[in-house]
Amino acid sequence: MSGKEIQLSQGGGGEEMNSLIHGLFYKHFSNDILTAAEDAAVLKPEGKIAFTTDSFTVSPIFFGGGDIGKLAVAGTVNDLAMMGAKPLWLSAGFIIEEGFAFGDLEKIVESMAKELEKSGAKIVCGDTKVVPRGSADGIFINTSGIGELRSEGISAHNLRVDDVIIVSRDIGRHGAAIMMAREGIDLQSDLKSDCETLWPAVEAMIDSGVRIRAMRDATRGGLAAVLNEWAEASGLCIEIEEEQLPVCEEVRGICEMLGFEPYDLANEGTFIISVHPDDATLALESLSEYPFCADASIIGSVSREKRGKVILRSPWGSSRYLELPKGELLPRIC
Amino acid sequence: MKTLQLRDLYDRFRDPATIKGLAALIAEDAKRLREPLHIMEVCGGHTHTIMKYGLNQLLPENIEFVHGPGCPVCIMPKERIDNAVELANIDGVILCTLGDMIRVPGSGSSLANERAKGRDIRSLYSPLDLIEIAKSNPEKRVVYFAIGFETTTPMTAAVIKRAVKEGVKNLFFHINHVLVPPPMHILMADEEAKIDAFIGPAHVSVITGSKIYEPFPEKYSTPVVVSGFEPVDVMHSIAMIVKQKIEGRAEVEVQYSRSVSREGNVAAQRMIEETMEVRESFRWRGIGDIEKSALRLRDEYRDFDAEAVFADYLSHEPIDDHKLCICGTILKGLAKPYECRVFGKACTPNTPLGSCMVSSEGACNAYYRFGGVS
Repeated sequence: MSGKEIQLSQGGGGEEMNSLIHGLFYKHFSNDILTAAEDAAVLKPEGKIAFTTDSFTVSPIFFGGGDIGKLAVAGTVNDLAMMGAKPLWLSAGFIIEEGFAFGDLEKIVESMAKELEKSGAKIVCGDTKVVPRGSADGIFINTSGIGELRSEGISAHNLRVDDVIIVSRDIGRHGAAIMMAREGIDLQSDLKSDCETLWPAVEAMIDSGVRIRAMRDATRGGLAAVLNEWAEASGLCIEIEEEQLPVCEEVRGICEMLGFEPYDLANEGTFIISVHPDDATLALESLSEYPFCADASIIGSVSREKRGKVILRSPWGSSRYLELPKGELLPRIC
Repeated sequence: MKTLQLRDLYDRFRDPATIKGLAALIAEDAKRLREPLHIMEVCGGHTHTIMKYGLNQLLPENIEFVHGPGCPVCIMPKERIDNAVELANIDGVILCTLGDMIRVPGSGSSLANERAKGRDIRSLYSPLDLIEIAKSNPEKRVVYFAIGFETTTPMTAAVIKRAVKEGVKNLFFHINHVLVPPPMHILMADEEAKIDAFIGPAHVSVITGSKIYEPFPEKYSTPVVVSGFEPVDVMHSIAMIVKQKIEGRAEVEVQYSRSVSREGNVAAQRMIEETMEVRESFRWRGIGDIEKSALRLRDEYRDFDAEAVFADYLSHEPIDDHKLCICGTILKGLAKPYECRVFGKACTPNTPLGSCMVSSEGACNAYYRFGGVS
């Protein structure tokens, strides 16, 4: 591959683009369906399928614990996993700004290939566009995914009174890591995003027979958004014990300093599960097999207390609603 | 030796046993109060603590919080926000400000709206970033829409002094720094207002010293306790106020003794004094004009003063809040946010009609977000 920066011609459909596709994308994403290079991938699913799509833009593109490529694969694979579907096939669409460093694109593609190995999913079709400098912020990636349903009926509408709410690990890491990596906050920390493919842990829970009622990865909007969506969809109340919520030291520090709450910060490898009350221990045992779920905890339960609301109970006996995060996350003034 | 962890700094101040212990102590002492006690927490940061940690739920019925005017975003009158929008719309201007100010609507638009239309508007984490922004954009004019009480003022003063020292010529300041004691006097002078004691903001006092509150016990026999922002701090301060009341005392006491002295940070005070002076009058959203309640740049810094340099672009007509808004009444302790007809309906954090709903430190905003369980 020649050239150190992506040129407009590499998105032009001619020889340069062909060379980019073969030299980079086929090299790292190689599989028979993709390299057949047809207009569309021909697939033969066996049972019911789940289908999802997501677009990824992140600044900075490389951050502690991941990059936009890892995010694009993990994000879409996780959307499938959260429906109880084994991720099988993905598409990948790249919009690249002219002048983007080729070395960075290669790193992103390598990172995507590595992340795909964790779930066994394959990229089977794709698209590349190069836009003039100034028309995009470096690189945007869209990934769509198809997965095969392994467990049916996982839905926010299926929450039941007395269900146990579990969080798979400590919350707020991705949002805090991105904030720290951004210009304007000069902080030293080893904080890493939780960006991770969740399917192996989900598969283990399904295989061990945990009755999962609802499951969702707490991405943008964080834990607060997921719980509020569930409370609203089910018409039930979710009661959370603040003391049981795992939050790492660095995330707590960032929140203290800037006036944020860890419940509102984004995650990219943390999920919330509502399970049948008798299966909570089994769920925790299944999750504990995976390093990225080592801090899995029971954080609350479902009740009829205040329908459609999420209540956060403090260790000193007071309680408040946990509201949906609103607007941009902006630091407090004083 | 044990390394100091961040959580060591606040865990003690959120210790459930201590909070419950203080609640029990307050409940016991409050039995000896002859009349209901209305405590105003002047600062929005305290309102936030009270609502976020549910401290109001831990108090006996004869103690009530009155939420004060101490949120620099909430008190900004619409015409000043319009000024920010007008400045941002001047060609070649980069407008910088802090936090929530971006999304507060003026009479026609907000900075967030203008940013979406393509104007260069930036939310800073620290005003010190201004020097770098100005230096790396020599062809632009950088305007800082400066907001905040005595806490944030020294930082603005420091940036002005640094701009002078480093010869930065393309940085301008629209000063909206306000002072804590003047609105407290206005509220005390209002015969209708129900305020029996104040919780004073600790961070303001770190700069000014606790001495700025001394007129309140002297003039109105109203105790003031300067309090930290953690739940234990606030509960401890309430216990101190109740104690003063049952012992018939009215004094300035410092609960936040870990950082507050009587004299405060003299170096910071001097820096403010050198760069800024008190304005004749400033309009407070929800309260109205208050004499000598805000600061402006001194004449010798006129070349940095956005109000002078960009005078031709700025409007000055006062603009009132929505007719149905009762923020003024809430700030005087005569009503609770949920008693307002538009609260949570026409007036929400996304569409604030009145000052108290505007920022996360406003009383209505705190009630909207955290209130209502019990």
